[in-house]
Amino acid sequence: MKRAGFSTRWLPILLLLPQLSIILIFFYWPAAHAVKSSFYLQDPFGFGETFVGMKNYTSLLKSSAYLRSAQFTVIFTLLVTILSLSLALLLAVKADKVIKGAKAYRTLLMWVYAVAPPVAGVIGLVLFDQTWGPLKDFFGLFGWDFRLGVNYFDTAFAMVVVSVWKQLPVNFIFFLSGLQSIPKSVREAALIDNRSASGRFWDVTFPLLAPTAFFLLIINITYALFDTFGIIDTVVKGEPSNNPMTLVYRVYVDGFRGNDLGGSSAQSVVLMVLVLALTVFQFRMVERRIHYT
Amino acid sequence: MKRIKFETIVDHSILILGSLIMILPVVMLLQMASTTDLETMRNGPGLVFGDQIPINFEKAMFEASGFSGENTGLSMLYNSLILGFGFAIGKIVIGMMAAYAIVYFRLKFATMAFWIIFTTLLLPLEVRILPSYEIVQKLGMLNTYQGLIIPLIASATATFFFRQFFRSVPEELIEAARIDGAGPIKFFIDILVPLSRTMIAAMFIIMFVYGWNQYLWPTMITTDEGMFTLVRGIKQITQTLEGTNLPEYGKSNILQIIAILPPVLIVIFFQSWFVKGLTESDK
Repeated sequence: MKRAGFSTRWLPILLLLPQLSIILIFFYWPAAHAVKSSFYLQDPFGFGETFVGMKNYTSLLKSSAYLRSAQFTVIFTLLVTILSLSLALLLAVKADKVIKGAKAYRTLLMWVYAVAPPVAGVIGLVLFDQTWGPLKDFFGLFGWDFRLGVNYFDTAFAMVVVSVWKQLPVNFIFFLSGLQSIPKSVREAALIDNRSASGRFWDVTFPLLAPTAFFLLIINITYALFDTFGIIDTVVKGEPSNNPMTLVYRVYVDGFRGNDLGGSSAQSVVLMVLVLALTVFQFRMVERRIHYT
Repeated sequence: MKRIKFETIVDHSILILGSLIMILPVVMLLQMASTTDLETMRNGPGLVFGDQIPINFEKAMFEASGFSGENTGLSMLYNSLILGFGFAIGKIVIGMMAAYAIVYFRLKFATMAFWIIFTTLLLPLEVRILPSYEIVQKLGMLNTYQGLIIPLIASATATFFFRQFFRSVPEELIEAARIDGAGPIKFFIDILVPLSRTMIAAMFIIMFVYGWNQYLWPTMITTDEGMFTLVRGIKQITQTLEGTNLPEYGKSNILQIIAILPPVLIVIFFQSWFVKGLTESDK
């Protein structure tokens, strides 16, 4: 709050009212509702509900399909995060370095930010099409019989490729802006001290980028967990059957399609706890992280 | 002549390769949209552009896909625009008001309001998607623009962004305004809003793209084909490609292009604002 703030009583309440009421109705109410229904078993035809305690949670942990999704989600998140971060860092370092065409490269490498995830998914469908997909043909040259939507591994592979493609621009933008904010004097000093470019990168540039990288790590994990929904839904063509799916996708499939409200709510609560843990971890790390400016 | 260093060539090659990977998939969609459906069905994406774009464009814009005949490309474009603008404007107006109240007023429950609002940053809509759906259904807002837009606004990203910005505005401004006898409303409209112009623009771009690209929420909340947005319609479009004798690839691919064109153009043309908004909002 500003020291010299206004002291009118009614105005701030009026100003806060729209935000608070929207949040109460569309955030806290649903969140509380999810927690509540996770302890109940709903009648599929809407005739009442029975309290079942922790049963929805225990049956989640016993469900091999759920555990399979959880395992896939972890691997998927790791792959998407690591691949898109490292590729973006490579491109950002190069884009920061070149003199000619720097602006053009910047535009070309970032516009995919605006592409909607399901469109990215459709692009994946075309690239890996069973009859004439260019990437399918390419892998065929090496004897890899790519079967999107049929083979579990191949489908997961396509999901990772598309998700990395879609996430590259965000990481690129942040890394580039992080690189550009490194003071010129620091760079010049490094240039005198260290002749090798890769040595300079690992000893000077990379540590200076660490806060950006850490922030991006969290952003990428949330992206892989939540924002890939559109990609996954289009790549599996809305028919998950035996295909890999993330935990968020399963909440939708079990709850919305399968009509298992209690089970789906329990899944929601598990995800909420996961996100909260992630955020707490982020705050603790931010407190500890070194500021260079 | 200067000798071009080997290292520079490597740098440029990496950047060119990266750029190609970003562009080629979309060029491929465009190429497929420019040939006849028969050609696409036989050979898939090719190297030569055809002349079918105008024909496919007309089909995409004015011919309905689906059963009710209501979701033409034009109607989906209209809905996408309403979602994009409605979401961005709603979020900015509500966020600015709340941020102003939190930063500039002496309020007893300011800290509490702050925490109530900022907890929403922790949980994305995706994790509470089903209960949100039930509540919107209870309120009778399925298949309405309100039901589409308002629940998406229930997160504090814009509020947080404007709070950060307002805190960086010099203290002297408000002191000067008070000496001159400006009340809180006058100060907000005449000083703070004009001062935030760049921030508002940056936020608008990010929020418009975010709203336009929403997929999961519109998929759940709109069942009425007349309410489909372009991004929401994609699923139905790809599903109609399955099992037909001659799938309408041209029409489908044009619709994909139309679905990405407005946000992509905005991001490209207002690049500096966009980058500023993105990198500063998340600090």
